[in-house]
Amino acid sequence: MRVLFTLLLLLFTLSSKAVTWTVSQSGDIKTITAAIQKANNGDTILVRSGHYKEGNIIVNKEIVLLGIDYPIVDGEFKDEVFSVTANNVVIRHFNIINVGISSLKDKAAIGAENAKNLYLADNKIEMAFFGIHLANCKSSLIENNTLTAAAVNESANGNGIHLWKSDNITVKGNTVDGHRDGIYFEFVTNSHIENNVSKNNLRYGLHFMFSHNNEYSRNLFKKNGSGIAVMYSKGVTMRYNRFEENWGASVFGLLLKDISESIIEYNLFLRNTVAIHMENCSRSNFKGNEFRENGWGIQLQASCDDNLFEKNNFIANSFDMGTNGSMTLNTLAGNYWDKYGGYDLNKDGVGDVPFHPVSLYSMIVEKMPTSVMLWRSFLVFLLDRAEKVIPVVTPENLKDEVPVMKPYDISI
Amino acid sequence: MISVSNIEKRFGSLDVLKSINADFETGRSYALMGPNGSGKTTLIKSILGMVVPDSGKIEVDGESIKGQWTYREKIGYMPQIGRYPDNMTIGQLFEMIKDLRSNANTVDEELIEGFGLDKMMNKRMHTLSGGTRQKVSAALAFLFDPKVFILDEPTAGLDPLAVEVIKEKILKQMGPDKTFIITSHILSDLDDLSSHALYLDNGSLIYNDSIALLKEETGEVRLGKAIATIMKRKQKSVTA
Amino acid sequence: MIKIAKYVLLDILRNKFVILYTFFLLLVTLSMFSLEGNSDKAILSLLNIILMVVPLVSIIFTTIHFFNSYEFIELLLSQPINRKSIFLSEFSAVSLALCLAYLIGVGIPVTLFSQGMDTVYLVLSGMLLTLVFVALAFSASVLTRDKAKGIGLSLLFWFYFTLIYDGFVLYVIYAFSDYPLEKVTLALVSLNPVDLARIIILLKLDISALMGYTGAFYKQFFGSSLGIIYSFLFLLLWAAIPLFISMRKFLKKDI
Repeated sequence: MRVLFTLLLLLFTLSSKAVTWTVSQSGDIKTITAAIQKANNGDTILVRSGHYKEGNIIVNKEIVLLGIDYPIVDGEFKDEVFSVTANNVVIRHFNIINVGISSLKDKAAIGAENAKNLYLADNKIEMAFFGIHLANCKSSLIENNTLTAAAVNESANGNGIHLWKSDNITVKGNTVDGHRDGIYFEFVTNSHIENNVSKNNLRYGLHFMFSHNNEYSRNLFKKNGSGIAVMYSKGVTMRYNRFEENWGASVFGLLLKDISESIIEYNLFLRNTVAIHMENCSRSNFKGNEFRENGWGIQLQASCDDNLFEKNNFIANSFDMGTNGSMTLNTLAGNYWDKYGGYDLNKDGVGDVPFHPVSLYSMIVEKMPTSVMLWRSFLVFLLDRAEKVIPVVTPENLKDEVPVMKPYDISI
Repeated sequence: MISVSNIEKRFGSLDVLKSINADFETGRSYALMGPNGSGKTTLIKSILGMVVPDSGKIEVDGESIKGQWTYREKIGYMPQIGRYPDNMTIGQLFEMIKDLRSNANTVDEELIEGFGLDKMMNKRMHTLSGGTRQKVSAALAFLFDPKVFILDEPTAGLDPLAVEVIKEKILKQMGPDKTFIITSHILSDLDDLSSHALYLDNGSLIYNDSIALLKEETGEVRLGKAIATIMKRKQKSVTA
Repeated sequence: MIKIAKYVLLDILRNKFVILYTFFLLLVTLSMFSLEGNSDKAILSLLNIILMVVPLVSIIFTTIHFFNSYEFIELLLSQPINRKSIFLSEFSAVSLALCLAYLIGVGIPVTLFSQGMDTVYLVLSGMLLTLVFVALAFSASVLTRDKAKGIGLSLLFWFYFTLIYDGFVLYVIYAFSDYPLEKVTLALVSLNPVDLARIIILLKLDISALMGYTGAFYKQFFGSSLGIIYSFLFLLLWAAIPLFISMRKFLKKDI
């Protein structure tokens, strides 16, 4: 992608009689705004280091904006900094700070509307309300930006990378820290989200809805206030992501609500209060994931059906699975459960008796959270044993008929 | 001098001791007699502080024993059934007691030799016969040359030879500064050893005086007969 | 007093049971760590055994020991030794023996496999549990006159604290599930030494079942140094109060 853009850039420079303008606080052109006014489509503006306070900079021409040694562009907590309205705009190597906070408008460090082929890369965005805000954009690349906000409260912090009604966007290698939502999508389709780090955000590390056919891979979501919540989407692919240490009351490593026909594969869920919480999800596959040291592995609400969980590792979770109903229509097959106490007489690596991952106590805790105080007590041990022998409350058909004896080697 | 006044003790609904008054004077030897369950051992244990009476007062040399323990330095006690920590050897037991009483002035090991215990110092307590244990108990009671001897059934379970040994030892220890309180079922033993008799029946003290007087009163020569006469008299008075 | 304790201790050590108990704990600890690759998980599995076995062995062994040393106590009582020293010597000797067994059987091997605060808490709370149940055993022994009744009462204590009490707590939580019960359960847990020990260790192990949900509240409480002091203090009280009661009773007991 990057190479492609560089080539495009080169093409622009060669084919047209492109001009390069230089902005410098000691030079002829002292402001970025002035340079944009002078420039024509296809021109390049180099911005030398300095502290630029120009309020709102409107980028309405197809130009390349390149910072040299990270010039500081200061919004002085009043304005949106760059507002892009043209196609083929490049914004690179800027240090954008102090974006204005507003409850009426989503002011961003870089905002773009109705544009395509944007390349927004290598910017350091600090103390922004919104970081990068794209509305109705297409075919753009957002790459290697670092967004840091002070995580004050949900009204003073906007989202890090916020995409609305966009298509074919690649969000890659960015780090979002301390915003409201790290990455927020609404009506975003056919996009790729990869190798990003989203951590310490007030609300969700990743939050999307009505966003179909997107692929999320190799991202790290860590210590977000409410974890990750994704809703009302289908065709979601999540691979090789890490969901770590999303802790607290109603905090989910991954909350899936109304998600269907999706693939969740080879992800690592480490030390979340709830690794995956699912409501109204259907026809999705969960394969090769590792659930390790979570409070709950999967909370599968009774409203979910036709999902397949296979070849996942469940290791050192307090509860591997929880559910609120007595019947579920989902399939568990060939997972590794460290709590499995069965045997493998024919030594084929598959346990000879099924494993029921939902324990009586896990259902008690779902209903009465305070009873978590009795966790690992002898009473709970006895209750669970009794329920295993004669299931009364736990769903009899939620079981893994072919649990494997050894964990899968999943390296993420 | 040990004085017991108005001692009462109940175990549950059972009156074990009913207002007992008795003085045990220095230089005398008392035979404490009575049928089984008459309260002899309870009285002895009260004096030793092992049983706490419900009411009444016990004084040793003029001082109340309540909550006290140092007065027991003066007492050598031989229990009715001496049971000891199973895993200890005889040697270790004596060493331990000597160690615990390291401030005692004199150590009298005559009985240890007299009973031949010195030859079985390495035997563990649980391997010992009842008789041998009695010998150990006796030897322990005499070990620190106490002023007061309280011997609960000293001859029970002993072979005749050992009975003679212990009797001789008792007689040898008697003196103007010593007090003996001895219980026994074998009254003939007490005949030689005691100058005074106490008779307990059903928790009450029904006789407390010198043996000479007892014999004179009943016209019997032997203590056993004299006691029998007393009991008969008492039965008559109950039926009459 | 130290002299008497020394003799009681020697007597206990001559009895093979404590040695056996030490080896049993050692075996369990070593096998847990060799079976479970993860040291946290080994500690968790160990925790279950400790919460069951340590109280049971402590209370039963102590009760049997007390009745078996009746003669010894009788012997000591005929000597110029006061009852308080006899009682405290018995208590400290039994506690020392069982704590040593625990230290050798669990404490040292665990420290070899895993170092951290969780290990410290595991060792510390195991020892405190030992003290608590030794003290409870003395109460059971002093309150009863014969061995069978004493052991019966001890078993009842054990059963109560490891099972019945938690059933009662669960019932309370169930019956009043519409009310915020965090503080109530906290108080209820403090009234059971086994629960207290369990929660101290669990919270230190950072197992996330107790994260989030109500757990956050407990974590906040027990995770703070004040909470740790509170829980260890309560465990100590759980040893001190039965000890005090049984001593009071022993001072007046007819032997």
